[in-house]
Amino acid sequence: MTPDKSPSADPAQEKPSHSPTQAASADPSAPGPTTSRRGFLKAGGALSMSSLMGTAALMTQSDDAAAATEWAEHFQKNYRLMTDAEKAEARTRLERRYSSEYGKKVTVDTTGPQPGVLMGYALNIRKCIGCRRCVHACVEENNQSRGTRPGEKIEWIQVLRMERGEFAKDKMNQGYPEGLGIQVGGNAYTPAGQVLEGQYRYEPEAVPEKDATYMPIACMQCEKPPCVKVCPVRTTYREADGPVVIDYNWCIGCRMCMGACPYWARRINLTTPVLPKEEMNPVTHYLGNRPRMRGVVEKCHWCLQRSRQGRYPACVEVCPVGARKFGNLLDPESEVSKILERKNVFRLKAELNTFPKFFYFYD
Amino acid sequence: MQQLISFATDYSRYVLKGGTKFYTWMGSLGVLMLGMLYVFYLQNTEGLIVTGMTSQIHDGLYFANLVFLVGVAAGAVTIVFPAYAYHHEGMHKVAVLGEMLAITAVIMVMMFVFAHMGRPDRLWHMIPPWGIYSFSSMLGWDVMVLNGYLILNFVCGFYYLWCKYTGNPINNKWFLPLVYVAIVWALSIHTVTAFLISTMPSRPMWFHSMMPIRFITTAFAAGPALIILIFLIIRKNTKFWVDDSAIKLLTTIVTWCLGIAIFLTLSEVVVELYARTEHANGLYYLMFGLHGLTRLVPWFWSAVALMVGAFILFLMPSFRNDFKKLVIPCVMAFTGIWIEKGMGLIVPGFIPSPIGEVTEYYPSFVEVLLSLGIWAFGFFILTILLKGAIGILLGEIKYGGQAAAAK
Repeated sequence: MTPDKSPSADPAQEKPSHSPTQAASADPSAPGPTTSRRGFLKAGGALSMSSLMGTAALMTQSDDAAAATEWAEHFQKNYRLMTDAEKAEARTRLERRYSSEYGKKVTVDTTGPQPGVLMGYALNIRKCIGCRRCVHACVEENNQSRGTRPGEKIEWIQVLRMERGEFAKDKMNQGYPEGLGIQVGGNAYTPAGQVLEGQYRYEPEAVPEKDATYMPIACMQCEKPPCVKVCPVRTTYREADGPVVIDYNWCIGCRMCMGACPYWARRINLTTPVLPKEEMNPVTHYLGNRPRMRGVVEKCHWCLQRSRQGRYPACVEVCPVGARKFGNLLDPESEVSKILERKNVFRLKAELNTFPKFFYFYD
Repeated sequence: MQQLISFATDYSRYVLKGGTKFYTWMGSLGVLMLGMLYVFYLQNTEGLIVTGMTSQIHDGLYFANLVFLVGVAAGAVTIVFPAYAYHHEGMHKVAVLGEMLAITAVIMVMMFVFAHMGRPDRLWHMIPPWGIYSFSSMLGWDVMVLNGYLILNFVCGFYYLWCKYTGNPINNKWFLPLVYVAIVWALSIHTVTAFLISTMPSRPMWFHSMMPIRFITTAFAAGPALIILIFLIIRKNTKFWVDDSAIKLLTTIVTWCLGIAIFLTLSEVVVELYARTEHANGLYYLMFGLHGLTRLVPWFWSAVALMVGAFILFLMPSFRNDFKKLVIPCVMAFTGIWIEKGMGLIVPGFIPSPIGEVTEYYPSFVEVLLSLGIWAFGFFILTILLKGAIGILLGEIKYGGQAAAAK
């Protein structure tokens, strides 16, 4: 994977592409959503599990292929424990259901990590202008819920807005006790860096704002992810090429990972995500942006559906000032490697020993 | 086998018989349980959006009750321990009732787990061989120790009752070791619950090693406080007589565990607020409010007033020795700890969020009704278990004998 050398904003490239090992199951002539249950069962009948699902589907008295698919999904294994055949089966199943649900040809990529790749991300905090285009691009690319009820709107990226003038001359006396006249120390009354809920969802008229600086955050894809450690069903884990991912079909929604994450990078789908058919992005990855279900946790995965095909994540591609950089940390010639080598780099909350692969830099 | 069938039939026949008071009690619990079933259905079709939880504050009333009830379950050991380790006569007579309370509390905890999960239909993912058991996850350990505690108490409690029922002598060779294991295990369940939340550096309010000991002390205050109340009710409404000595010992345990709990809370307040770093923000929010949001402040101070008030009342001999007045501090301690350890501990752990976002949480009607329903279900089971156990202890249910009607 060399996204640094072959970045592309060309929408023509957004065609479904699969790794050679998975190509067999990506056959476009596979039965479409109109297939009868019998046909579906025949197609997947090679495995004993499928017949069990078929029985379950029969019990539900439904002729709908989607219903049968959902039953099969209920009993499938943890993604990492699936054999290649089972992965292919799961993928066809999902492609069929999503295609019928969203009324367009949806592909579910299952490309695994490529050898010699460790993804890394760098962000130039000096350049960020707070336009929040990355946030919107991310929502569109990754099929996040965009409802209006509280809890239905999900954004993986936050661009935190910080007041300039926090350290102005007139505030330098802050902390000196008034009235007492004797300095006792430790009297700074204003808590640092706090906002009210949703204050990062600002829409300024012009950017950058004169009195603000910005700090975009998202999942840091830690090397020692606290969220992975606390997961009771091992549904969230670090892929060999870096990103921490979630098997949405295995998540029990216990929200331990959300509690453990020091970067507040995870969101819970409180209800079935609101995803209008026409806005749905049909190019998906199993561990990435495929539509989620109710009650599971989701997070940033550096656009696996793009990055594993040699493209930039959506936020990198859309950034108008080029503050966001992405590449292979194992490749000394990649942009990120060069930034780590030459720039002033820091990690967020380094004291927590999570070792993020998301680096901030300034020049 | 025939003995087993007759045990089951005698037991249920005895439990089913009761006066108007009994049926009114069970009936009103049943109504709440129906309400619970409805909102549980609603939550599992609509999703967690019917609760007050958000991505910011994703553990609420359910989790708070869960944590508290693990404590109540562990608190039952305050009966079993003196009974078996110190051979306390009065306690030995009622030890099995403590085990029944433990069983009930653990079942309630399991129900709160179901209520808390986003996808309860997938809970089998935690159970091998179909699912994966994670040894690194505290939640995995919590599930394991809770189920172990349930089994231990079930086996110990019902084996004891079974022996009383059939008239066989208790086989101390394996019964006593099992009881001692259960005693240590009781500590483990609450310790693991404490670890569940105190092992998260991202939540500074919880991230301290005082959590397990604070949990144990509050558990050994809230659990026995509830047991005292139950014993007083049993003394009043059944022929079964709980010895004064048992209640007095429990009162002593509640008093001093409550005292230590208050001391530990104060220590924490001093340590956090003396330097008042940004890590103290959670506690500061709880005590005084933050950024103009003060929803939990009255809760915190009422908890403090209830706990300190109860402690003072417990110290007064006129309250301690008068079993009519004893009800007051017991209720105060139980409620105070429920607030302090439930909403007062869980919710401010999320405020402010790791990125400094201050937001508030209000339990929705669904959450309140579901929690009430689970409590009702708990009392429902508890009544059944205690009534049967008392019948056997009184000798009113006996193998081969005529089952007598309960009062």
